[in-house]
Amino acid sequence: MAINNNAMLIRRELLTRVAQLLIDNQLIERIDRIPLEMRPRGGDHTRCCIHKDRAVLKYKLMGILGFNIHDEQDELTPLSEYARQAHARTQLTDVVLTVVDEACSSCRKNSYEVSNLCRGCVARPCMVNCPKKAIHFAGGQAHIDPEGCVSCGQCLKVCPFHAIVHLPVPCEEACPVGAISKNERGIEAIDPAKCISCGKCIVACPFGAVVEKSHLVEIFRTMQQGERPVVAIAAPAIAGQFGADLGRIRRSFRMLGFADVVEVAYGAEVTARTEAAELAERLAEGAPFMTTSCCPAYTGMVRKHLPELQPYVSHTRTPMSYCAEQVRQQLPDACVVFVAPCSAKRHEAFHDPNVDYVLSFEEYGAWLIAAGINLNTIEPDTLDGLPPAEARAFGASGGVTLSVKALAPEGSVRDLQISGLDKAAIKQLRAFCKAPTANFVEVMTCEGGCINGCNVISNPKIAARQLQAAVDKAPKIA
Amino acid sequence: MDKKIEVRICFGTLCHVMGGAELQLLGEALPPDLKKHVEIKGSTCLEFCHQQGQGQPPFASINGRMLSGCTLQSLIAELYKELN
Repeated sequence: MAINNNAMLIRRELLTRVAQLLIDNQLIERIDRIPLEMRPRGGDHTRCCIHKDRAVLKYKLMGILGFNIHDEQDELTPLSEYARQAHARTQLTDVVLTVVDEACSSCRKNSYEVSNLCRGCVARPCMVNCPKKAIHFAGGQAHIDPEGCVSCGQCLKVCPFHAIVHLPVPCEEACPVGAISKNERGIEAIDPAKCISCGKCIVACPFGAVVEKSHLVEIFRTMQQGERPVVAIAAPAIAGQFGADLGRIRRSFRMLGFADVVEVAYGAEVTARTEAAELAERLAEGAPFMTTSCCPAYTGMVRKHLPELQPYVSHTRTPMSYCAEQVRQQLPDACVVFVAPCSAKRHEAFHDPNVDYVLSFEEYGAWLIAAGINLNTIEPDTLDGLPPAEARAFGASGGVTLSVKALAPEGSVRDLQISGLDKAAIKQLRAFCKAPTANFVEVMTCEGGCINGCNVISNPKIAARQLQAAVDKAPKIA
Repeated sequence: MDKKIEVRICFGTLCHVMGGAELQLLGEALPPDLKKHVEIKGSTCLEFCHQQGQGQPPFASINGRMLSGCTLQSLIAELYKELN
């Protein structure tokens, strides 16, 4: 989700500065200066003081260097030391998100409060309708007992004066699976056993406290070593992100030092064909329905939170997986970098033997800025070929359904699309399991699909149009 | 005759990544009373980012006057200022 706010701008500035230092080969020497340069003495600060701002920036940089903030052993360890360790690092983990506890403002517990708009009315619907009898009146106003309140929100719904307000914890509210909650210090912590790496908490946190661990250092190191060709495989959603056609995007990757760049839409074509065949086979065997499998946050949700749906999830691999395999077959020693719209793909990539690293759309954008590349003014590359239109359409909700329908016998697919996975959608899927109303279910964790992932640049409305333009240039799937 | 205001939006990659992507929606976000006065033009780069001390991206210009740190709302406010 592209949301213009200062937390997003700070994140992109940090990424740009790190990319600049990597380009200049000055990361270890100069990374400790970034917090000082961004918050110079005498300048503005957004938290209590400039020192707090700098400390938060330091920890965000630690995350960008690929470290878990809670793994810190010594607060005095400088960023240069983390940069040194990152340069030497050979192992990654599948924990892709980390919380900067210094940045987490310890939002008040998700609660309902009575404001001074309360008129102390005679009807008192809040008190009457509270299922836990947690509201009493004193001094002419309603009061909510925090011990008894279960945050059902009934009082808010029935108050005729709109005097009751909901104080949410944004990250907790955004998380569809209840994976982020306060620890004993009141700081948000992510439970890896529940987390599906969707990144909704990154976007939701107004303090920018959730950071996605980056592979920038590893990608630069591999390029600088020059022993393996570094090949980018770009998710279909990229076509809608930078206001530039795919020829220019391809050219820019080569200018950044990539040996080649391949559209993941080629993998999406394999996914489409395999999934259509699998659907036909399953339905012939009597299965009531099948769901898609290309969104890793969704499949993670099923695995961890909705096991009754697991038998119906397609076994077809994701476009990224097929595309990486194709590259690996052609260039066995290549370093394959998936260019991704969301953090869930980073988690998926860790478990894919053919993907080495992930570069998010934001990181790619920051790298372009650092390298001084303006996509609008560079000459476009000629594309080697064109993947099918339906495969390019995987970048938005409805794309998978479009391709499966195009390949399946006419009229055989009765589809249901879930575009955006939240608590209500999970409930809907649970009910659907018991009484299916369609035989093909497409689920995208982000509303609108990958063009609305946590790492996107463009407003999804614009991105959808630009993606469609790329789709329209490609031939129909045959 | 209606007063005409020219808005030029920088679509350079720096501006685009640093929040300017949203400015592509300006045409749709314009209130009806502004729409007839405003002509929106895109620019591959307004070159303001190369000038020291010109503020933060994303950049735009209204009748040649440079604006920095633009958002949809700030541009609309500036357009009203220009109109009046």
